Amino acid sequence: MSKRLVYLDNAATTPVRPEVLEAMLPYLGADAFGNPSSAHRFGRAARAGIETAKRSIAETLGAEPNQVIFTSGGTEADNLAVIGAALASRDRGGPFRVAVSAIEHKAILAAAHAVVHLGGEEILLPVAASGLVEEAAVEGALARGVAVVSVMWVNNEVGVIQPVARLAERCSARQVLFHSDAVQAFGKVPVSLRDVPCSLLTISGHKIGAPKGIGALIVRDRQAVEAIIHGGGQQFGIRPGTENVPGIIALGSAVALAAAELADTATRLRALRDDLERRVLAAVPDAVINAWQSERAPHIANVSIPGADSEALLMHLDLAGIACSSGSACSTGSVEPSHVLSAMGVPREMGIAALRFSFGKDSTTEDVDAVVAALPRIVEKVRSLSAVLHR
Amino acid sequence: MKDRVLVAMSGGVDSSVAAALLVEQGYEVIGATMKLFCYGDSVPDRPCCSLDSITDAKLVAHRLGIPHYVLSLEERFGHDVIDDFVAEYARGRTPIPCVRCNTFTKFRDFLAHADALDCAYIATGHYAIARDGALFRGRDPQKDQSYFLWGIDRTVVARMLTPVGALTKRETRARAQRLGLETAEKPESVEICFVPDGDYVAVLEQHLAADAPALTPGPLVTVGGQVVGEHGGFARYTIGQRRGLPGGFAEPMYVVDIRPETREVVIGRGTDLFGHAVTLEAVNWLAEPLAAGADVWVQCRYRARAVPGTVVEVSEDGLALQLAEAVRAITPGQSGVLYDDPGMVLGGGLIA
Repeated sequence: MSKRLVYLDNAATTPVRPEVLEAMLPYLGADAFGNPSSAHRFGRAARAGIETAKRSIAETLGAEPNQVIFTSGGTEADNLAVIGAALASRDRGGPFRVAVSAIEHKAILAAAHAVVHLGGEEILLPVAASGLVEEAAVEGALARGVAVVSVMWVNNEVGVIQPVARLAERCSARQVLFHSDAVQAFGKVPVSLRDVPCSLLTISGHKIGAPKGIGALIVRDRQAVEAIIHGGGQQFGIRPGTENVPGIIALGSAVALAAAELADTATRLRALRDDLERRVLAAVPDAVINAWQSERAPHIANVSIPGADSEALLMHLDLAGIACSSGSACSTGSVEPSHVLSAMGVPREMGIAALRFSFGKDSTTEDVDAVVAALPRIVEKVRSLSAVLHR
Repeated sequence: MKDRVLVAMSGGVDSSVAAALLVEQGYEVIGATMKLFCYGDSVPDRPCCSLDSITDAKLVAHRLGIPHYVLSLEERFGHDVIDDFVAEYARGRTPIPCVRCNTFTKFRDFLAHADALDCAYIATGHYAIARDGALFRGRDPQKDQSYFLWGIDRTVVARMLTPVGALTKRETRARAQRLGLETAEKPESVEICFVPDGDYVAVLEQHLAADAPALTPGPLVTVGGQVVGEHGGFARYTIGQRRGLPGGFAEPMYVVDIRPETREVVIGRGTDLFGHAVTLEAVNWLAEPLAAGADVWVQCRYRARAVPGTVVEVSEDGLALQLAEAVRAITPGQSGVLYDDPGMVLGGGLIA
C-alpha cells in the first residue's frame, strides 16, 4: 500500500535542501575538511568558507560579520544570550536578573531558570489572550533593572509575531540588552537588525533547510555576553570550540536562499495556511484557530478541536500518513496544555485538543486536501474515544 | 493483509516478540506503549517515566516496520489502579495491582484506543492463551499469567491475541534473539511497575496521610489474644509474612490476620495459616457461571498450586468455596481464580 505522505511539521524541522547539501559537501571531504584555526592550506580553505558564510549571514541580518557567533543550534544560542548576558551584567556590577516572556521556547525559559540556579533572578513577562507580551510588564522589568529582556520574534506554537521593534526600542532607551529568538521568524517574516535594534538575535539552521546542529547568535556588542562554555578561544572566546565548518557553510547557504525567497515563501505559505484554516473550520465547525486575531507568521496554524485529545489525533493522523504536532505536553502524570496556550489563557480542554500544522518549502495544496479529507472521520473517532476515556 | 491489531508494547521481551510474531503472521500491526505513571517529583530528572522502556519499544517497532505510539493513561491508571492499591492496603488487605491494570487499563482503556483505530484485535505479551473466546493457562507453567486475567470483560477475550502464550519463556527469548530484537536479553521485571525498588510502603506513605491508621503503630497480638508488642502500621504486613516479627516463641511465628478496625496484626504458628474456606467478591466470569455444588480448581496465589474445591454458595457477585485440601495464607485482596481441569479460566474474584 503506497500512501502519499504529508509533512506539515516544518516548524519542528525541515529536510536539508539539495542546494544546501551541495554547498556543504566539499567541507566534509578531502579538499576543505581542515581546521579553520590551522595555518596551513587546509585550514585556510575552511576559514575562507566560514568567513564567506559569516559575511552573507551578517549582510542578510543587517549585522557585522564579526557579530555572527555560530552555535550548535537555537537552544545553545538562546542559552548563551540569556545566561551569558546575565553573567556579564553581574560581573560589571549590574543586575543579575533576566526578563523573558511566558511563551518563549523552553530553551529560553530553562536558561532563565538556570540564572536563578546561579543565584540570579528571573522575571516572567505575561502575555495577553492575543499572545502578545504585556508591554507594561516589560516596562516594569526595565524599571526594576534587568540584564536582558528576551522576547521571541515569532512564537513557535501559534505563530504570533511580537512587537519586537517597539520592545527593542524600549530596551535600548534604558540601555538594556534586548534578545529575540528568531528561529521561527527567519525566512517567514522580514528579520533585520536594520529595522529592529536587537542586541542579540538567535537563528537556527534546521528550520530553514540546513542540517540539525547549527545555529547562530548575533552579538552586537561582545562585552555584553560572557561565554558559557570555555575552550580554545575561537569566535572571540564567546563560543570556543573548533567550528562546525560544514554546518556553518550550510547555514550560510540556507540563510541566503531563505532571504532571497522570503517574499514568495510568505505569500505561498500564507495562502496554504489560510486555505487549511478555512477548510478545517468548514469541516469541523466548532474548531478554533488559536491566536487567529493576532498578526501571525504565515507558516503556522494552531487548531483546537474541542473534545478530541491531541495525542490521539496525532496518532490517527500519522496512520493516515499526515505528520503534524500537538500543542500539549506530558507534564507530571497527566496531559496538560502547552505552556504557550496556558499563558494565553486558553482553557485546558481546548489546550489539550490543539494541533499545530506548519508549512514549509515543499508544502502543496494537495497536503491541505489530504488533511481536510482525513480530518472529519478522525475527529469523530477520537471524540468518541476521548468521551469514553474521560467519562 | 489480515486484520489490524493494536499490540501493547511495554518495551520488554515478551511484548516485543508478541509484536514480531503478529507481523510474521501477516496482521497489520500497530504498536503502542501505555504510559501509566510518573515518578514525578521523587525523580526530578525523569519528567516522563519509563522513558527507557518507551525507547526500547520504539526501537523494536521501528525494526519490525510498524508504527508505534505512546498512550498517556496516567490519570486513568492512577485512579483505577494506584488509588485502589492504596485503599486496599489502608483497609488491611494485600492487593494485586496487575489484576486491576488488566481489567481496567489494558483490556478496557487500551481496547478503547483499539476500537478508535478500527482494530479487530488487541494483543499483549501475556503468558496465557486466548482461543475461541475462552482463556487458558499459558504453556510455560513457570510463566503462566492467566491468574492475573480473570477480571477482564468476557466479551473482550474473543478479541485478544496472545502470541507468546504458547511459548516458554526460553523460546520467547530465543525468538527475540533470532529476530535480533534489542530487548532479547532484558531482565525479567518482577516488581510492581509503579513501586520503585519494591518499596510499596513508600508509595503508601506518599498517598496516605502521615497519621493514617494503616501506617501508625498498633498492637501485635497472638491468636490467643495476648498482646506481645507493637507494630509500625498494619499496611506493612501481609498474611503469611514472617519477616519483621518478634522472636522468642517456641516456633516460628507468622502474620495470620490483620484487623484494621483495631489496628491489630495477629500472629500465629505456621499451622494457623492453613484454611479450607475461600470467599470471593467482585466475581467475574469468563465462562458460564458456576452454580452451587459445582466442582472447580481454585488458585489463591500467583505462585500457588490450584487445588480442587466445590462451590458452596453463590450470591450476586460473590462466591463461597470449600477446598478439598488446606491452603496456606488465604489472603484478603489477593485473587481466587477458578479453573477447569485442563486449565481454562472460568472466572475469579477477590478474596474477601
